[in-house]
Amino acid sequence: MMIEALIGVALIGALVTFLAPNRIAGKLAFAISLIPAALSLWMFATFDGSGNALLGGELAFESQAEWIQFGAYAISWFVGLDGISLPLVVLTTILVSLAIVSSWTPIDDRESQFYGLVLFIEANLIGVFVALDFFLWFIFWEAVLIPMYLLIGIWGGPRRKYAAIKFFVYTNVASLLMFGAFIALVFGLGDAVTSFALPEITAAMLDGGPDGFFGVGGTTLMSAVFVAMFIGFAVKVPVVPFHTWLPDAHVEAPTPASVLLAGILLKMGTYALLRFNFTMFPTDVIEPFVVPIAVIAVISVIYGAMLALAQTDLKRIVAYSSVSSMGYVILGLIAFTQFGVGGATFQMVSHGLISGLMFMAVGVIYNATHTRMVTDMSGMADRMPVAVGILIAGAFGYMGLPLMSGFAAEYFIFFGAFGSEFLEYAPIFTALAMFGIVVVAGYLLFAMQRAVFGPYNLETDYDVRRAPLHDVAPMFVLLGLIIALGVAPDLIFEMITDAVDPILEGGEL
Amino acid sequence: MVLVELPEWAALAPMLLLAGTALALFVIDSISPRSTNRTILAGTATAGSLAALAVAVWFTAAGVGAPGMDGFGVIELFDGQLIVDQMALYFMIVVAVVTALVSVASYDYMEGHAYQAEYYSLVMLAATGMATMAAANSLVTIFIALELASLPSYALVSILKDNRGSVEAGLKYFLVGALSSAIFVYGISLVYGATGFLQLDAIAVELEALAAGDGGDFGGLLGLGILMLIGGFAFKTASVPFHFWAPEAYEGAPAPISAFLSSASKAAGFVIAFRVFTTAFPLDVTTELIGVDWTVAFVILAVVTMTVGNFAAATQDNVKRMLAYSSIGHAGYALIGLAGLGAGSETVMGAAMMHLLVYGFMNTGAFLFVGLAEHWGVGRTFEDYNGLAKQAPIACAALAVFMFSLAGIPPFGGFFSKYFLFTGAIEAGLLVVAAALVVNSALSLYYYARLVKAVWIDDPVVERDSLSQPTGLYAAIVFAAVMTVVLLPGFGPVVDTALDAAAVVVA
Repeated sequence: MMIEALIGVALIGALVTFLAPNRIAGKLAFAISLIPAALSLWMFATFDGSGNALLGGELAFESQAEWIQFGAYAISWFVGLDGISLPLVVLTTILVSLAIVSSWTPIDDRESQFYGLVLFIEANLIGVFVALDFFLWFIFWEAVLIPMYLLIGIWGGPRRKYAAIKFFVYTNVASLLMFGAFIALVFGLGDAVTSFALPEITAAMLDGGPDGFFGVGGTTLMSAVFVAMFIGFAVKVPVVPFHTWLPDAHVEAPTPASVLLAGILLKMGTYALLRFNFTMFPTDVIEPFVVPIAVIAVISVIYGAMLALAQTDLKRIVAYSSVSSMGYVILGLIAFTQFGVGGATFQMVSHGLISGLMFMAVGVIYNATHTRMVTDMSGMADRMPVAVGILIAGAFGYMGLPLMSGFAAEYFIFFGAFGSEFLEYAPIFTALAMFGIVVVAGYLLFAMQRAVFGPYNLETDYDVRRAPLHDVAPMFVLLGLIIALGVAPDLIFEMITDAVDPILEGGEL
Repeated sequence: MVLVELPEWAALAPMLLLAGTALALFVIDSISPRSTNRTILAGTATAGSLAALAVAVWFTAAGVGAPGMDGFGVIELFDGQLIVDQMALYFMIVVAVVTALVSVASYDYMEGHAYQAEYYSLVMLAATGMATMAAANSLVTIFIALELASLPSYALVSILKDNRGSVEAGLKYFLVGALSSAIFVYGISLVYGATGFLQLDAIAVELEALAAGDGGDFGGLLGLGILMLIGGFAFKTASVPFHFWAPEAYEGAPAPISAFLSSASKAAGFVIAFRVFTTAFPLDVTTELIGVDWTVAFVILAVVTMTVGNFAAATQDNVKRMLAYSSIGHAGYALIGLAGLGAGSETVMGAAMMHLLVYGFMNTGAFLFVGLAEHWGVGRTFEDYNGLAKQAPIACAALAVFMFSLAGIPPFGGFFSKYFLFTGAIEAGLLVVAAALVVNSALSLYYYARLVKAVWIDDPVVERDSLSQPTGLYAAIVFAAVMTVVLLPGFGPVVDTALDAAAVVVA
């Protein structure tokens, strides 16, 4: 019942906040969001699951109830946690609480609606990570879109309408493709499955797979579904060439929405890739696509970094660097080694923290200066030492400074990818991807040098002064978590590898 | 253990309650003519429809009309002229729910109107007709019920006598309705001529005898009769080719009446289509006699109707017209229930029944929101709706629920019913229909999301003062929205009921 409590508190909290007066909405939402955060931390402390949720592992906080029986298939409420989903749930609850605090300054219109939507997103994000029935999962997955569309569309920047509709159309079309493909797959499995429970479908997939569907052979069907689902999730991740919605959405979104978008929504894509594409499908289906996917991953890393290098808007720089970071995750996943897949999962959490931190820092600077253009700023460290200090710390986290979580994540991925036997030419791909780090360091240092150091110079009518405490505090929490995970990656890496190993062994891999 | 043995006609209680409420309203009107006591009038109508709803839900839960229940079973009344089975009760629930919502909302919408009592009694009479349609089991009772539902509807559409749009809409609706009634009754006479029976089961028996014998010489006659019957259904359900009255009528009518016609009346049209084609014209026998599989007609109608409705809706600037065309599109979705019967499976018809129930909430709610906007006097186009969420966030949140549910996006009830239609179509082997459903749903998201964008994201064109919060309209809209959401987790019982009901009729 813990998971139900987690989602229920967020949902009811969303409703209460939506109806609350604007004046108290921000504080109220923060207070409510502390409950799921505390609950998830308690779950983290008492976690007793083992193995992979889809491959017969021991689930923590499992609960299951019959929901709908239609035709030959049962749809059920089926939730549970394993070592992959739990860190992401904790990331979600913590990041939402912090994002709410970071909205207190910038959000000054229709507050109760804003915070209500944020809590509604939280409930659905948690749902995405805990659901183990395809329908349940898909409902949460889709339900994230509507509030995010509204958050960008109502509270966003000047081009918010365009960005919101682009985000909505891209991700929704991708979802439709993925949904159709998966339903075809389940129908193709025929009598082998009687429900939409993911473990059952996984077992049937690894035990021979579908016979075929409407005249399409089993192997062809699996390959087609694999590709369709990969594209569906790739839009969400996003990888090149499906990334174009991301910079628009990130730049136009209000800071807290950017934090959630980069911190958690992107992880939905990589999480789904791991859960569906790389856990369910037998190796021989994946094999022909390994090299193309690795190519896409490396292109995302390099091209994303290059795009970031070309930007002068701080928020765009951070946005494009997310494309680059997500490329690492894909590379780690396709490597199919313990450190590769485990490192990719670790990177999901780590990038969630670091990009959240960066967006918050950029947001705080923007609150004070009302500009994000690197070219406009100079010597910001003079006026906002704390916020800028955190921005620099975040940038170093991005670059992979040892003892910060970014270093651990990238090291795991490179280590895992380099020795991969599954991926041909693995050392070459890894070497190319590592080059991305150089570019990252290049654009981040370049931006820092111009905006942060030197004599203070900024043409603005605003009185640029230190940020208030409640703007800075969430960033310190994030920085603390980043360093904690960098110093002791085993805090979560142990449970991650425990859940990853069965994918590599049990799934005939 | 039943303490008091109820007479068999008691099974018609939901319908009788609706009729009784209409009569009670007449009594009130005769005691106090020209009464404008809205509380009593709207209250009576609401109480009556809620009572009908409660009884229908209770009967369904208790298993009235379900085969295999001790002492119940499918109840046939008056030599099979009326029938109470699970499908009849199911559609009585849909009709009663929509009637209750419409009555509550009319409390505010019809404020200041001169003919209050007449309005509510006409609504109740039309609802009685629709409930009778759900139970009608002979072509004659079907026709009578159809007229009982239609005649008050004509008057209701044009009840805003001083409004040109309303009167024009009423006239158009009446002319098309009269024409389609004529076609329908002609179809009945042809079927009667071919078989010699009007009662649906008797027609089926006669057809089997004909098919077993020499086949008769009336195949063409029967086929023509069936085609004309389809025309009658198409009118009532606002499907192609008799759909063109709908945009005019829905736009001109008072918004609660648009909601009433597009939800309850459509559902009632579908129940007679379901019953006539499953009971009277068994697929294999009829195909043998007339040489054509009648599901083909519905496959074509379904695809054309949903495409016409959606493409037309996408080009509208007037919100009410957009909803009217969307309602045509949804008629196309529900037609899949008949198109998919060829595979001999009841699931697809059950899916259509589920869709009509969810539609009863989400579409009624959407039209009632338009009623709320008319009550506020904000105008009719998408642009006029811009920025309404700033003043009325709750109603606009409800509107977002209706729109996304109509588009079939999770997490709302419309997602499940559409998905079940989709799988039903695939199981029936109708890949073209399933593809049309997906493409049309994707297209529909464009214009539904446009309305959400208008109220939530766009800035108002003109500055408005704060908007009033009429109790009745708000209550109805919020209730419809809550039900649209609750139908997602609570879809299990709906699925079971609808599938059971469909299974009895199809078998």
